[in-house]
Amino acid sequence: MIEVENIHKSFGDAHILKGISTVFEQGKTNLVIGQSGSGKTVFLKCLLGLFEPEQGQICYNGKYYSELSTDQRRDLRQEMGMVFQGSALFDSMTVEGNVMFPLDMFTKQSKAEMQDRVDFVLERVNLIDAHKKFPSEISGGMQKRVAIARAIVMNPKYLFCDEPNSGLDPKTAILIDNLIQEITKEYSITTVINTHDMNSVMEIGEKIIFLKDGYKEWEGTNKEIFKTDNEAVTNFVYSSELFKKVRQMYIEERN
Amino acid sequence: MKYLEAIGKYFIMVYEVFKKPTKWPIMRSLILKEIDELIFGSLGIIIFISFFIGGVVTIQTALNLNSPLIPKSLIGFATRQSVILEFAPTFTSIIMAGKVGSYITSSIGTMKVTEQIDALEVMGINSVNYLVFPKIIAMLAYPFAVAIAMYVGILGGWIAGAFGGYAPSGEFIKGLQLDFDSFHVTYSFIKTFVFAFIIATIPSFHGLYMKGGALEVGKASTTSFVWTSVVIIILNYILTQLLLG
Repeated sequence: MIEVENIHKSFGDAHILKGISTVFEQGKTNLVIGQSGSGKTVFLKCLLGLFEPEQGQICYNGKYYSELSTDQRRDLRQEMGMVFQGSALFDSMTVEGNVMFPLDMFTKQSKAEMQDRVDFVLERVNLIDAHKKFPSEISGGMQKRVAIARAIVMNPKYLFCDEPNSGLDPKTAILIDNLIQEITKEYSITTVINTHDMNSVMEIGEKIIFLKDGYKEWEGTNKEIFKTDNEAVTNFVYSSELFKKVRQMYIEERN
Repeated sequence: MKYLEAIGKYFIMVYEVFKKPTKWPIMRSLILKEIDELIFGSLGIIIFISFFIGGVVTIQTALNLNSPLIPKSLIGFATRQSVILEFAPTFTSIIMAGKVGSYITSSIGTMKVTEQIDALEVMGINSVNYLVFPKIIAMLAYPFAVAIAMYVGILGGWIAGAFGGYAPSGEFIKGLQLDFDSFHVTYSFIKTFVFAFIIATIPSFHGLYMKGGALEVGKASTTSFVWTSVVIIILNYILTQLLLG
């Protein structure tokens, strides 16, 4: 579980996060949504410890990040997995090398044990045939899956994804969403996903927080987002005609 | 103020390099890879440039020593002194600042732009140690490259002198042996070690702390070359004053 208590973050004169508080529960897919520039990526980087908030606290299963030493912070980060927007795979390594990298770095497992674990996670993300390929030789969707495999190979307690569907076709996007949700349930991970993708919001948003201009404007579930009267949320979520019709149908059905 | 801040950040980075080291088996392979990339990969250009610089030094010295009272052996002497004291350590280092320095800045800068450095940090890895330490250790082999540059430079001078008709071979070799002070080689290697550290760290700093996208990677490479060269030239003056002055 991650508890966020009133965090503020600025860069120079730009006040990006303005007092965000929320709780991300274990075993749930928590989504952070909002327009570009609303502070989602900064918020996620604060959760990852890459940015330090000027005010407020972030608590990971009872451990306050601000109270940890540099080494303890690095140890905590070893419990985190991250899927970056651009996958951030190491260009000089093969798919297998990328996934094996955290194991090689932090465990004392034998080569055979590491290989078994890599095979297992690559199979889990349906990439068993791509072992020896380099990131530049595989598609964007495959790169995302390699990034997910690398993120889960160490059995993380926390999984963070920054727009995992960006640049992917709808079918692959759904595959990635389902994969993240299955992994979250299977390993009881606290998962936080930054997304713009409304399919993800509707399908896997067990908890959603909506950011607007650095404030938490709304929070709820994918069921509640249908019912909300919050104008900012409805303007954002139902910006397309299709979603407006879906919502209208839902309201008519409810009445 | 901006420069002071950058200098402060540079020294913090250097301190970070030696904190929380990466696992030795991984570090060892990184160091070997960097020696291959940074040192062996540069030998060709070092040899090529040193050979011709040695030749040019010989020709220019010979053309300026046209008095019959000055012995031809002085051409060999001047070539040896110029190559050992200045051309091999300093000139080669400027070349390396361009070749190796821009490679370091662009490779680290690209990793920064594509969030690979963030990925390392999120995994709990000291990215500065992981990326910069192997380069510093690999550059410890740089004096071997400079030793080759000295040898090839003098060889180039001898070939230009003997075969170009500027200095008879015997006279040139006599000049090479004239008043030889082994401390000059020590001085040259001391400079080389300092320059090696600069060539490994300043471009890394520019890569690690760059901001922006692909265009800025190119700009950072250029800036890193300029600053590496400036620092090498200033340190060259200070070290010469301290060691030979």
